[in-house]
Amino acid sequence: MKKVYAREDVCIGCRLCEIACIVEHSISKDIIRAFKQEEKRPARNVVEECGPVSFSVHCRHCDEPPCVQVCISGAMVKDPKTGRVRNISEKCVGCWSCVMACPYGVIKRDTDQGKVIKCDLCPDRDLPACVSACPNEALLYEEK
Amino acid sequence: MEYVIIGNGVAAIGAVEGIRQIDLQNPITIIAAEPYATYGRPLIANLLRGKIHEADLAYRPEAFYHDNKVTLLLGRTATKIDVAAHQVLLEDGDKVPYDKLLIATGGKPFIPPIQGKDGPDVYTFTTLDDARKLDALVGKIKQIVVIGGGLIGLKAAESLHDRGLKVTVVELADRILSTAFDQTAGNIIGNRLAEVGIEVITEKSVKEIVRENDRVIGIILNDGQNRSCEAVVIAIGVIPDKDSVEGTGIETNRGIVVNDYLETSVADIYAAGDVAEALDLLSGERRVVPIWPNAYTQGQYAGRNMAGARATYTGGLPMNSIEFYGIPTMSMGMANPADAGYEVITKLIPENNVYRKLVLKDGILVGAMLIGEVERAGILTGLIRNRVKVSDFKEELMKDTLSFSSLPREIRTEWLSSA
Repeated sequence: MKKVYAREDVCIGCRLCEIACIVEHSISKDIIRAFKQEEKRPARNVVEECGPVSFSVHCRHCDEPPCVQVCISGAMVKDPKTGRVRNISEKCVGCWSCVMACPYGVIKRDTDQGKVIKCDLCPDRDLPACVSACPNEALLYEEK
Repeated sequence: MEYVIIGNGVAAIGAVEGIRQIDLQNPITIIAAEPYATYGRPLIANLLRGKIHEADLAYRPEAFYHDNKVTLLLGRTATKIDVAAHQVLLEDGDKVPYDKLLIATGGKPFIPPIQGKDGPDVYTFTTLDDARKLDALVGKIKQIVVIGGGLIGLKAAESLHDRGLKVTVVELADRILSTAFDQTAGNIIGNRLAEVGIEVITEKSVKEIVRENDRVIGIILNDGQNRSCEAVVIAIGVIPDKDSVEGTGIETNRGIVVNDYLETSVADIYAAGDVAEALDLLSGERRVVPIWPNAYTQGQYAGRNMAGARATYTGGLPMNSIEFYGIPTMSMGMANPADAGYEVITKLIPENNVYRKLVLKDGILVGAMLIGEVERAGILTGLIRNRVKVSDFKEELMKDTLSFSSLPREIRTEWLSSA
């Protein structure tokens, strides 16, 4: 399946991917409304910076997802058809087991809601918002 | 080909999903004494606490069973396995034939021989029915004692406290959460529980549950102290429920012994979950480790192998994640090494309820404990699982800003470009 891969050599650390992610997952999908009027949720990727190095880490939608295996409520599921791993927010109870299990550290706690938040590969779009927003092709959406 | 699974825990779900990765056709039957399809068992605490409804408990949607050609025989107890005839005998006399059988009966509460334990007002807390019974007490009684300060006991205590009961927890060990956590972590959580009004008594046991006219009126501790209460929850731990294999010749120890394919010593019979004594990743030994992730994964491997694959179970990694009154609490791997020979690095910020502990063996990360600061904890779990030598960058792992960018480039490049 297609996943988002990062190229740290060309990442400029601008974090536009995070902004695009927040907007895409907002209610209005409008950048100003999303940041000014709506409850801002965390971005679903993790941009890391350490000195000159920066890159974005994304859910790998694993073949055997540890986050699904450890989920106590059945909220975390892997769609057998698309291969996408998503969290059914209504079912999540905020036990953070998936945060503990994900070896990529890409499942975030949304402590306001008491639930986790993760990449869903933008189900309403062909190309995930983070990839579209990247100005330097540091994010690729491809099959490897 | 008929697949039969005994048990409605998460190992059964893992098995159905494992079987269906290989075999989309042949029917699966699940037999369970509980009259419910698989539910998120740990969620009974959220239910009792009033955070969720019973409708939220289902672990998979109703259509799951139909879509996967699963027949549910619920509220039916499997009493015996007839190995020669390849049949499971039910309490009501029915027989269920199998070609491949999975025993996933889980654990049952351990009840020590405390004086006064038999009779009304004494409860356990491992099933939905248990939660319903405790829920029915709310508003009717004022004080309750929970025996056992492990995960189940403390979750029961938290839920009952939030529903307005005065709760006392009695723990035999020198700290609460003694299985997976250490004294420092136990103290942080213990203090938090005390702060909200839950009494926690450690290093004491309940000598007697005192009754008057058969009803519970209090408890007496081994040091002579007593507490008034109208009910008691016994939550000391669970033991493998292996009753169904009696007389089958299946090798058992503490649990049902299984090999790396989750096969028992008898052909065509597998075991998984809290009833199984399966491979433990770090020790390389077979152990009963009754935790949710192991149950699901063992079920999944058993399922694949029942369907004809030869999938090698690489072993379970103990891990626990739980939150108590706003303090996230995690323990992974050998977080509490029993002997010397391990390098232990700790960080404690008591005023923030933050504690971080790493355990290394020969430079390799083998365990971690995180209280308060848990962001990206899974990176540590991954390092433990992959037996990565971390001695050169262990300080980075102690920071709350734990990230891949602070790891050596070759490690992160390999890690992030895989999958």
